[in-house]
Amino acid sequence: MRRPGAAVLSFVVAGAVWEAFARSGVFSSALTPSLVDIAATLGRLVLSGRIFLHIGYTLWRILIGLGLACLVGIPIGMLMGRFRFVERFVLPLVSVLSPIPSLAWVPVFILWFGLGDAAAMALVFYAATFPVILNTWTGVRSVNRLWLRAARAMGADGRVLFVKVVLPGALPLVIAGFRQAFARSWIAVVGGEMIAATTWGLGFVIFDAKEFLNTDVMLGTLFVIGVLGLGFERLIFQTLERRSVGRWGMVRTAGS
Amino acid sequence: MHHIELRHIGFEYAGAERAVVALRDISFGVGESEFVCVVGRSGCGKTTLLNIVAGFLQPTKGEVLIGGKAVTGKGLDRGIVFQDFAQLFPWRTAQRNVEFGLEMKGVTRQERAEVARRFLRLVDLEPFAGAYPHELSGGMQQRVAIARALAYNPSVLLMDEPFAALDALTRDEMQRLLVDVWGETRKTVIYVTHNVAEAVYLADRIVILTPHPGTVRAEIRIPLARPRDVLSVEFLEYQRQLVGHLR
Repeated sequence: MRRPGAAVLSFVVAGAVWEAFARSGVFSSALTPSLVDIAATLGRLVLSGRIFLHIGYTLWRILIGLGLACLVGIPIGMLMGRFRFVERFVLPLVSVLSPIPSLAWVPVFILWFGLGDAAAMALVFYAATFPVILNTWTGVRSVNRLWLRAARAMGADGRVLFVKVVLPGALPLVIAGFRQAFARSWIAVVGGEMIAATTWGLGFVIFDAKEFLNTDVMLGTLFVIGVLGLGFERLIFQTLERRSVGRWGMVRTAGS
Repeated sequence: MHHIELRHIGFEYAGAERAVVALRDISFGVGESEFVCVVGRSGCGKTTLLNIVAGFLQPTKGEVLIGGKAVTGKGLDRGIVFQDFAQLFPWRTAQRNVEFGLEMKGVTRQERAEVARRFLRLVDLEPFAGAYPHELSGGMQQRVAIARALAYNPSVLLMDEPFAALDALTRDEMQRLLVDVWGETRKTVIYVTHNVAEAVYLADRIVILTPHPGTVRAEIRIPLARPRDVLSVEFLEYQRQLVGHLR
């Protein structure tokens, strides 16, 4: 956000419109709580500390799912970029599996992994793996040929060439893939928790609140989900990018 | 005995319909510490020829000898500078770029840093040792590339139009610097260019290639003392002679 003033204005106007709508009486106030109510509920959730436990569970599922996705996806993407036969073998599978919305797998994963953490993590893994694979693969392929030539001329070959040139050369897209994977994980985990989680997680909170018509809890939690998603994107991924590939002039980063 | 010896080099590649002869029967030698420019129009195969000497390409006919030994591939006896600024590794600082070849040779970290500094000093860039390539101008990046190609101490320096993408003033400056660097390091140089004045300014000897297929049209020896006066009558006379061969 290069102009925080403009952003504040957007939120104030959107908030005012919501407030007018909520108080207009078109729907009962139980369905469209005012911002004051939402804020009060949010405050209660924060003070009781329960919201942090929910956040913790959600982040834990992301961490494991996304971590596994990188562990699996980065090597596969690298191998695809390096060996034609791996590319020819993996690409059709990825092309077919990647467009399936991860949430469509929820019922299957519940049958396989049961309700709870494992299903949610599997879902995150599914959502995150393909962007990681595809971006890493593209990254390796787009490594400047001149770097390879120069490095080879200086005696780099095989593993050394890979570690010292291909890996850093592919990094802009690997990071882009990681970012995309996080965004998709965030969507997947909340959706997955709604159906597959039994007691904890932000998605669960929203779905559970529906049973009791707690719209203030639902909207408050949605706000938390939005803020966390944005926060991670800004704090972790943008910083990572700015400190590495941005500093090296390999990509343009926001604010530079 | 020449330091570099090209013997009846021929190169063909598969074209759309039939094999295209890019180079035919190219033979010349380059003496120890000699500066040879290969000059020709674009498409005459001069870059292909350089890539063969570099070991990136295998000639379809003939062979290249360096120090009496046949070239079979890439080797640390040759340093290479390309035209494109993007040849530097953007994730490494100028100094770490220069260190790359030394790293491949297994030189210790401390010695690497010392050698890299020395070669950056040679190209007047020591204050920029910690800069990343994108923070440097085109001319500075090419100077880093020259330092990088020299740092691991190859006996041969191969240069493929390294200054062609620079503005005219920077190019003049770079040519002067290269003459100084060559004077200090005494490498054997093959320098490919299409720039007539540049060739006359730099070379001990100029090999002229004509295209379709690439063959050696003539050789001109430039016995002028360095640094050369680009406005002198002799200098202009050599340029005229070279242009005559290129027509």
